[in-house]
Amino acid sequence: MILVSKSPFDPGAEANRLQAAHTEAGAMVTFTGLVRSHPDDPITALILECYEDLARNELAAIRDAAMARFGLIDAAIIHRHGRLVPGETIMMVMTLAPHRQAAFDGAQFLMDYLKTDAPFWKQEETAAGLRWVEAKAEDGDAKNRWSR
Amino acid sequence: MKVLYFAWLRERLNRASDEITPPSEIVTLNDLVAWLRARDEALDLAMENPAIFKLSINARIVPGDTPIAGATEIAILPPMTGG
Repeated sequence: MILVSKSPFDPGAEANRLQAAHTEAGAMVTFTGLVRSHPDDPITALILECYEDLARNELAAIRDAAMARFGLIDAAIIHRHGRLVPGETIMMVMTLAPHRQAAFDGAQFLMDYLKTDAPFWKQEETAAGLRWVEAKAEDGDAKNRWSR
Repeated sequence: MKVLYFAWLRERLNRASDEITPPSEIVTLNDLVAWLRARDEALDLAMENPAIFKLSINARIVPGDTPIAGATEIAILPPMTGG
């Protein structure tokens, strides 16, 4: 499943639903990304811009690649956009596999590709105004390790 | 065809898109970007480090040497910060 939406979602309910659909799975890994505010440099919100058509296409391609590469039974990506406040869930990745290593590796792979290839852009809202979050070089490095 | 701009690129240009009709000698996405930059100083400045941008045709990320034949929607994508 690929879901790109402004709407909040319940990570626990999503995980339970995916798990219940696959009795052949022996391992499930879930990752949830959250809006955080640093105590020394607080933000009031995170605003995510998104190119929705491209996001759906790229996330589907990344998911297909992970399914094939790690022999996953299923994988799902849920990603929100719009204005989110600290503590809210931004996104979630889930992988189901016969055994744990494939589930862990598949989830890492999905996250590493999603960070650099999914068209979302974060802006932090602070008391002083808005500022764009800069892409991190280590995100590119994390993705590139999969092609070595 | 339409060209879409996102995030800080959109802000620096003060618009989210352009409707363009490139001349017939523009064959690839790289040609198109060079042509767009030559006609727009703000875009030229914003893209002074062109390697950081990804490009898409009809909502699929593709390499810069991809031909634009058949393209209806092109996007210039600053480094992404999702997840």
